[in-house]
Amino acid sequence: MQALDDVRVLDLTHHIAGPYATRLLADLGADVIKVEKPGGDVARMLPPFKGGEPHPERSGLFFYLNCNKRSVVLDLREPAGKAALEALARRSHIVVESFAPGTLDRLGVGLDFFRRINPSLPVVSISNFGQTGPYRDYRLSELTLYGFAGEMYSMGLTEREPVKMAGTAALFESGAAASVAIMAALWAAKRFGIGQHVDISLAETHFGGVDRRHATAIAYQFSGRKTIRAAGGGAGMPQGIYPCADGYVEFTNASLRPDRVDDMLGHPDWNQQPQFQDPVKRLDPYVIEEWNTYFLTWCLERTKREVWAEARRAKVLCGPLFSMEDLFEDEHFRGRGFWARATHPELGDVEFPGRPFIMGKGGWELRRPAPLLGQHTEEVLREAGVDDTTIAQVCAAGGAR
Amino acid sequence: MSLKPLEGIRVIDLCVVWAGPFATMLLGDLGAEVIKPENPFVFQPMTRGAMARPPQILLERSIAWSGGLPRNEVGPRPWNYNPTFVSLYRNKKSFTVDLRRPEGKDILRRLVAISDVVYENNAVGTLEKLGITEEWLRETNPRLIIVRVPAYGLTGPYREARALGVHLEAVMGHTLLRGYDDADPSANTAIYSGDYMAGAQGAFAVMAALWYRDRTGEGQTIEIAQAENAAAMFTHAIMDYSMNRNVQSAIGNRDVHGRYPCGVYPAKSPGDATTMDDHWIAIHIENDAQWQQLVEAMGSPAWALDPRFATNEGRAAHFREIDAGIAEWTCERDDYEMMHLLQARGIAATPVLEASRMFDDPHLRARDFFKKQTVRDAGTHEYVGPLWKFEKTPVEFYQPPVCFGEHNEHVYRELLKVSDSEYEALKAGGHIAEEYDPSVP
Repeated sequence: MQALDDVRVLDLTHHIAGPYATRLLADLGADVIKVEKPGGDVARMLPPFKGGEPHPERSGLFFYLNCNKRSVVLDLREPAGKAALEALARRSHIVVESFAPGTLDRLGVGLDFFRRINPSLPVVSISNFGQTGPYRDYRLSELTLYGFAGEMYSMGLTEREPVKMAGTAALFESGAAASVAIMAALWAAKRFGIGQHVDISLAETHFGGVDRRHATAIAYQFSGRKTIRAAGGGAGMPQGIYPCADGYVEFTNASLRPDRVDDMLGHPDWNQQPQFQDPVKRLDPYVIEEWNTYFLTWCLERTKREVWAEARRAKVLCGPLFSMEDLFEDEHFRGRGFWARATHPELGDVEFPGRPFIMGKGGWELRRPAPLLGQHTEEVLREAGVDDTTIAQVCAAGGAR
Repeated sequence: MSLKPLEGIRVIDLCVVWAGPFATMLLGDLGAEVIKPENPFVFQPMTRGAMARPPQILLERSIAWSGGLPRNEVGPRPWNYNPTFVSLYRNKKSFTVDLRRPEGKDILRRLVAISDVVYENNAVGTLEKLGITEEWLRETNPRLIIVRVPAYGLTGPYREARALGVHLEAVMGHTLLRGYDDADPSANTAIYSGDYMAGAQGAFAVMAALWYRDRTGEGQTIEIAQAENAAAMFTHAIMDYSMNRNVQSAIGNRDVHGRYPCGVYPAKSPGDATTMDDHWIAIHIENDAQWQQLVEAMGSPAWALDPRFATNEGRAAHFREIDAGIAEWTCERDDYEMMHLLQARGIAATPVLEASRMFDDPHLRARDFFKKQTVRDAGTHEYVGPLWKFEKTPVEFYQPPVCFGEHNEHVYRELLKVSDSEYEALKAGGHIAEEYDPSVP
């Protein structure tokens, strides 16, 4: 048995953050019914695509976000679509949606609709800025979310523009934050019979914590100091990103343990010079620069894996900058079973990161690859007791494959 | 206080740095009783600061979020108000005990016996050295949920590698995938997004394991290898390599999904970056209609009417030229004014906010986002608010960021019911304290 295999989620989310949150539940066995509009979730048309050409069943991003879910296509503007949604809501334990605030209300399937069906049904809404406030209707995207609410201001070089994270990392972080609220709402319903609305603002998940914003904000409150945009991450020997024989390695704040760094380097004579050993002189930018000259030579004589091996041996904080090729070939992750495999009608035999974490009992399993658009419309509606006429109408309106 | 989803759940927090403390903070926000055992004789690096008693010069040389203590002074008990960590210590309890000594370990054993969850993210081997093994914990409490968050996992060649978020993200590819598209990676700033990713998923995993325990009566161990967990954030690049053997690289502020323009442009600024007074606006155009809206908002300048720019394909081919044109328009305008102007036209545009400006934002004020909290020796300040708004089980900041040893009385006397004489003996042995031992630097 899987931990959440007694939970049914009515999933009205699309794009990235919402689907990632519900995938985490699906991974642990929840029956996540993904309701898509005719034409499908916008993420179906986001790259990367197998073979490079856009195709709604060949997006690697959509695949990753929607494994273990079932897809039902409903046109919520049509009476048959609404009737089907009602039947699904009746047997669900939670509803999660990510429409722009007010959209579901306008369609007549907002909070009141679900309350009428089941007053103790939790409804989780994920939106850009939340359901209230002056920016309620404003748009966000990866760049603008991280720029406004994340720590982007302090990322990059002082003399240049701030720069974001890779891909859609900020949206994935928000999705992870949302999964916590979904699980908490399920617990409140299970323990106390509390059905409630949960208002998740993508912006607030970032303002509220993820990646240092909590720290830069309170540092200002405490001291009036603001966090400058600068490469690296402060003073230290070594500190920051250094080139090596075949790429780059990153070190942090190892000056807290100069003994370990000396061990990593093999106790060379140059490192024993008094200015490198004195705890106050070690903070001097000129001393750091001098030390870095020696250290750079040491790095350039080694590959990134060799540098890291020495750092690991001496317990020094370090990481090599891996490319995707490095990561894919890496024996540590291969050996641990990090990579999962699925067979998908359009993607073929596909390899992807499997479990988000390992549970001793009831954890991640791949039960099915990401669904084709509307693959389960008929199956799911029949399970929910929807009559043949309504099913036929739903399918005619774009619900059937 | 209103009902909380996790009330009655007790969590022992043996966490360090960010990833673990963020997870237990979320559990505390949801009503769990989170208890931190802390050692007066051991200062965990980067958990309540870099050092127990840092020299003033270290604060001054440190980046603001590390060295910006109240009034820019070390103060009497700097471990209680280090800006890097203090915000993560709300809704938790702290008591002190030296786990290296048998009587200290026995105190932990008694606490484990009456708890539901033990959460730890130390370097692999750290707890084992103290004899705090999975077997010992499970023997003490078979129903326990144990969460371990090693950097690279409990097995494999990297199991003992020391890492902060920035290092394991480098290994997972993030550092080569982010940053300017025309500079080498050493222009990148250290990043810790994976800490928060793992933190959120840890809180989620605990609740899933509690769900499983509720159904079966069985506890379990959860292993969150932080590096593996971070992988989701780089799905775009991982799947591209997996499906197409295409190795992606840094694209600066461009859209990974290929919609143009997408960038950060200079705005009218009260100063420059050296005093952190430079303002920027992030603008992302997601379709042709939004491009037309932007062109109109800019007053339809001649360069923007170029028919080549009407399609995304054309904009992609000429994005640097377009970016330069947009920057010419943005550089003399206020960032917030541009946000409102462009958002009214349905365009995702926001200022790139330096953290101090959050406190002036009308939307966050309207949603009552910030929470005032008072920490001993630090005073009263506004802290960032909770991650979500629950209608009937609201997140409340019922305990301000916890001071070292603040709950000694509560934990020893009320929870563990130690006798007066035992309490005095533990106190005499240095276990019970509100300050680090003077021998700790």
